[in-house]
Amino acid sequence: MPELLSYLTMGLYFGGTLLFLLYLWHRSEIISKISLVATSLGFFSHTAALIMAMVSTGHVPIMTFKDAMSFFAWGLVLVFLVVGLKRGLEVLGAFILPLAFLSLVSATLAPQAADSLAPVFQTVWVHVTLSILGTIGFAVAFVAGLMYVMQERLLKSKQFNVLSFKLPPLDFLDSLNQRSILFGFPLLTLGILTGAVSAQLTIGSYLSWNSEQIWALITWFFYFAVLLGRVTAGWRAKKAAYLTIVGFAGVILTFVGILIKSPQPLSPL
Amino acid sequence: MNIIVLGLNHRTASVELRELLAIQDSRMGEALGRLMAYPGIKEAMYLGTCNRVEVYAVVEKGEWGFRQLEDFLVSTHFSLSSEDLLPHLYRYSDDEAIAHLFRVSASLDSMVVGEPQVLGQVKEAYELALTHRSSGVILNKVVKKAISVGKSVRTNTRIGEYAVSVSYAAVELAKKVFSNLKQRVVLLVGAGEMGKLAAQHLVNQGVKEVLITNRNHHRAFTLAERFHGHAVPYEQLRSTLPKVDIVICATGAPHYVISKDDIERAVHHRMNRPMFLIDITVPRNIDPTVKDVDNAYLFDIDDLKAHVGQNQEERLKEAETAEHMVREEVGSMVAWVRGLEATPTIVALRKKAEEIKQGELEKVFNRLGELSPKERAAIEGLASAIVNKLLHGPVVTLKTEAQSQNGFAFIEAARRFFELREREIHSEEIQLLKDEAGDVISEETLPQKDGV
Repeated sequence: MPELLSYLTMGLYFGGTLLFLLYLWHRSEIISKISLVATSLGFFSHTAALIMAMVSTGHVPIMTFKDAMSFFAWGLVLVFLVVGLKRGLEVLGAFILPLAFLSLVSATLAPQAADSLAPVFQTVWVHVTLSILGTIGFAVAFVAGLMYVMQERLLKSKQFNVLSFKLPPLDFLDSLNQRSILFGFPLLTLGILTGAVSAQLTIGSYLSWNSEQIWALITWFFYFAVLLGRVTAGWRAKKAAYLTIVGFAGVILTFVGILIKSPQPLSPL
Repeated sequence: MNIIVLGLNHRTASVELRELLAIQDSRMGEALGRLMAYPGIKEAMYLGTCNRVEVYAVVEKGEWGFRQLEDFLVSTHFSLSSEDLLPHLYRYSDDEAIAHLFRVSASLDSMVVGEPQVLGQVKEAYELALTHRSSGVILNKVVKKAISVGKSVRTNTRIGEYAVSVSYAAVELAKKVFSNLKQRVVLLVGAGEMGKLAAQHLVNQGVKEVLITNRNHHRAFTLAERFHGHAVPYEQLRSTLPKVDIVICATGAPHYVISKDDIERAVHHRMNRPMFLIDITVPRNIDPTVKDVDNAYLFDIDDLKAHVGQNQEERLKEAETAEHMVREEVGSMVAWVRGLEATPTIVALRKKAEEIKQGELEKVFNRLGELSPKERAAIEGLASAIVNKLLHGPVVTLKTEAQSQNGFAFIEAARRFFELREREIHSEEIQLLKDEAGDVISEETLPQKDGV
């Protein structure tokens, strides 16, 4: 049953991705409605699978790389459904859905890790959940940055096409970017702190300087600088957009770092 | 019975002629009364907009109806003669009339395709027809559908979402940078006509504040009053720039009033908050190299015109989608109207009753098992008797009332009571036509056989 649900979810997200990408270039508004339905159905089956896993294991299913990626994708789609529906911004789907779909695909391609953690590690799931939620914030900031850069280029080159029509205004994208980081950064901070504490409890040291931890710290300092720069040095608008695109590359590298370390149970970031 | 429309629009007649035919709302009652007084006109609606004057009517005979509508239009104004009017009129009937109304209400027939006013005007025309009781079953259904088609075209295509005037294009582009213009400060430099127009559009969007500066400070004051804004001394132009989000430049000066350096400094002061600049004059007043400044978005008159040009193309492309939607809706509407004839309705009614009867008989026979032919005949007879007696009343009423003034209401009621769908009736009608054709052939062939 969970297997079936996960394939169903993936299929629906894939359909949603294709339709949303088509919607970017196509005039018809109906496409976005259909893809919205596909995405919502995918989200329901995804949620059902998560709940079933939660019932059987007793915690949020995030202890393997696969589960973590799946949870990440779920959070992304949730953000899209909330922001997209509230603001009538179906176009967000063309950027978030591919990301969610790719996360799910990479989750299935990744080697299946060992079973859940030993009892000592049980508190670790707090750290993982927080880190993933933080990453979702950065992913949305990345998407907002990407859309900003696209819209900015279209405006500068004075191309007024279907795409420029559908992309939201620059200031909205900039504030979405900022709010996403403001959402993600505290969560990442807490994620890193709880990670350090559980590391201290389990292996007796807060930091073991592996590639994953180094990248997590670099990412943390980076986003800290981005937030600080906005207030002090005017790192907003175009600059903020580019910075968050680059920053998300750091996040992806962290994930790759974790993937290389697998198949041990993981703690992303 | 035919639905017809007679009218003239911006393509067929001058505005002077259209004006002569305009009827004020206050005199609509009298005009519609005059229309309905023509024998053979069963329902009527008058649609007058700035681009068109049209009379829609449900008549007994199309040809005759057109002549009556012509007569009506000619008599709306004393100075008109039918020679003046006739060459400018277009006539559509049945499917074409319905399609025309749908296209009008979807703004596909407008001078500016996609303009939003016409839908409201169709609604008003319909409400007037309702108030003066000149619309009936058919126009009610057709016009309501036209309005809903118009709405659906507006919501499902982007036909109305592209600005097609240069001054409004400025607003549209500003909205690509700023999602909410209500928090924005606008600076109008100079007093050129286009600049004022663009500023007016922005004011209509409810911008937070309008600042006006001009070499002639007195003029700036006058304009400030008009826009409920503030005049800024011309010498303070540069120091004001960091405070404003949107700059409209229309001075008529033969040189650049705002340099790249000015904007670079302003954006820096604004901590990279974007600026939107419109240079609406020729020769230009804002240094074109401003476009290279990060977070400053400069558009000159050519850019705006190009934008409008593309918008018009976009609207036409959207219009294709809309035409498609209209065509689909016309099909089902035509089927409904055709179903309003009495004969196909009666045939459909009988067929439905027969189907129900057969279905029920089958069930009963299955349940009862072995029956003697006599018992079967008795049960069948009972069912037929009930069906026939029940249907007798409605069928007779339909036949007699179909000829009366509100015959369509009876037919429509019958269709609702017995849940007869348009398509069924329509297919009945086609079948009927085929049968009639068959009868003709057999009648023609019979004597020949005798001859052989």
